[in-house]
Amino acid sequence: MKRLIMLAALLSLMLGIGHALAQAAPNFDDPAEFAKQKAELTATPADPNDPIYIQHFGTDMVDTTKFMKPAPWTLCFSNAATDNPWRVVGLKNMQAQVAVDKANIKDFIVTDAGGSDDKQIADINDLLTGKKCDILMIAPNTTAALTPAVEKACAVLPVIVFDRGVTTKCPLSFVHPVGGYGFGIAAADFIAKNVPKGGNVLALRILPGVDVLETRFSAAKHIFADAGLNIVGAEFTGGDNAKTKSIVEDYMQKGKIDAIFMDAGATAVAAIEAFEDAGQPVPVITGEDQQDFLQKWKADKLTAIAPTYPNYVWRTAILASEDVLSGKPIPGPEWVLPQPSITADNLDKFINTSMPPLHYAMCGCEDFPDYPARWK
Amino acid sequence: MSDQALTKVAEPVPTRRRLPSFNPIYLVLLVLIAAIAVKNPQFIEPIQFMNFLKRGAPLAILSAGQVFVLVAGGFDLSVGSLITLTVIGASMLSNNDPNATWWVIALLFLLGVLVGLINGLVVVFLRVPSLIATLGMMITLTGIALFWSGGAPKGYLTDSFRVFGRYNIPGVPGLGILPVALIVLVVVIALLWWLLHRTNLGRLLLAIGDNPRASQLAGVPIERVRIIAFVASALSGTVAGILLGGFSGVSPDAGNGYELQAITAAVLGGAQLLGGRGSVPATVAGAFTLTAIFTLLNFVGLPNPLRSAVQGVILIGAVALAMYRRKRTGK
Repeated sequence: MKRLIMLAALLSLMLGIGHALAQAAPNFDDPAEFAKQKAELTATPADPNDPIYIQHFGTDMVDTTKFMKPAPWTLCFSNAATDNPWRVVGLKNMQAQVAVDKANIKDFIVTDAGGSDDKQIADINDLLTGKKCDILMIAPNTTAALTPAVEKACAVLPVIVFDRGVTTKCPLSFVHPVGGYGFGIAAADFIAKNVPKGGNVLALRILPGVDVLETRFSAAKHIFADAGLNIVGAEFTGGDNAKTKSIVEDYMQKGKIDAIFMDAGATAVAAIEAFEDAGQPVPVITGEDQQDFLQKWKADKLTAIAPTYPNYVWRTAILASEDVLSGKPIPGPEWVLPQPSITADNLDKFINTSMPPLHYAMCGCEDFPDYPARWK
Repeated sequence: MSDQALTKVAEPVPTRRRLPSFNPIYLVLLVLIAAIAVKNPQFIEPIQFMNFLKRGAPLAILSAGQVFVLVAGGFDLSVGSLITLTVIGASMLSNNDPNATWWVIALLFLLGVLVGLINGLVVVFLRVPSLIATLGMMITLTGIALFWSGGAPKGYLTDSFRVFGRYNIPGVPGLGILPVALIVLVVVIALLWWLLHRTNLGRLLLAIGDNPRASQLAGVPIERVRIIAFVASALSGTVAGILLGGFSGVSPDAGNGYELQAITAAVLGGAQLLGGRGSVPATVAGAFTLTAIFTLLNFVGLPNPLRSAVQGVILIGAVALAMYRRKRTGK
């Protein structure tokens, strides 16, 4: 009996490993998309004089005249979750835009799925059956699971999808910044430029299996290979500061680290502190546009870059919705927003010591009348 | 004749029942540390080893507190979210003012006492099973932390607050550095060890866990002792939170998953899940075993999916060894 249990345990374990390996199958390494995003990083948007949060690449527009409706409107938004600071700042951007346009918006209804596909599918259903919405914005929790729900919504209402994508073309527009490859390219190019050939790069990743994160690392791997850099490790931190710091400490013992690549910057400061606490110089590092990292970078004069996944995409979603209901054409079926990086040259512009440490500097929110109070 | 009989009894009988009388978790820990040292000889140099102890300190303290609840036959699932609330609370309360550290820490301890008291009162007087009571507390505390911070903490943790978890006293002879966290660890563990293994309270806790009905009939103040156990666990969560916040800075999910790690550490150290058995030093060894597994896997450099699998196998193996020993020795 005991043996049987042991055998069963072993078998299920092996099945588990097989499953984990099989899950790595989806393709996050698309050369065409890589090239497109690389070009967009340096391209000039269609209207370069507009505020950055309404710029877009390409000239494709979608006609929205049939959705024109007299104001005031009710805007609805099905949110995947508000479970990290990026999403917290983003939701505040939306609320700020709604407050600015309150003459035209009588109600802004938000549902929060708390990171659950099922809950979000139910949320979308509720919003549809409530019949209050004039337009529906959706930030999908996961791509495949939400696609049918989005299609169902498209049949009833104008739909704007943003943040993460879906596999249907039915929404009027999918609003997003350049993308994961672009993020990875910006970070890895900086490392390749600043670390001599043969150097060691430690990749700190936040989560496995999320498309916009996987593509960041897959882009970086190509660039490191071309530049002759070694990836000494690629570790998942789960966004946990303590774990990040421990991983970096361990890798420091294993050998010299010339650069840290991060596919999401939330734990960048913990990684920096691991070097500080060991009395070692901080290597070349890539983070993200959170205030704590930017301020540390400036104070310690690091060799660093902050690629961004611009938070203003949340604001753009509201503006796109208002355009649709006013019958104005919007960029579509994809609205690709610029995705600038913060570099040593423009670092000072983005630092604001009065903001919370986890505030995202590339929020495009500085021109709101209630900035910075709403974000504090 | 009678002399002979006596000597026979006193003589140790060599049977295959004989297993080392010390807890095997210490052996597991030693083997893991040796394995790390083989992969990376630097690891056993004083400075690196001190860093390892510093990193494991929060979990060790948390687990030692958890043992108090476990031996009395309960669970405390609320400690992970209490850590999160402690870290977020510290950043919100101190509001970037380094002079605030002392009263902030005092308030955090008060918070710990309050959480432990509520846990204990709910379990004892409302008769809610501790698994559910502390699960509810876990969800409540997570909610409070989210609500309080609005999802993203609004301040940094000041350097004076972070001293406990981060600062190393340099130039200590023989050790190189002495992390402040290690001093906290030694003091707290000594206190918890004394309470559980050298006082009446400890004996009562074990008695309740072993047989609550019998201890009640024997006049043990079950309610009071149980509540004290929850308060001890919650306070260990507060200390762990202060150390962890110090070690790694402010983060909106600092304590995620720590409750299960603490229970795992205690079980590794031979604590029995339904009470009556458990030891503070062995639990601390269990906690460092978990930390060592994590470090070893960093050094070995296995691919990530395999790593979780290996971690699981080591865990199951270590607990199976503890169970085997218990069956064979009756300890």
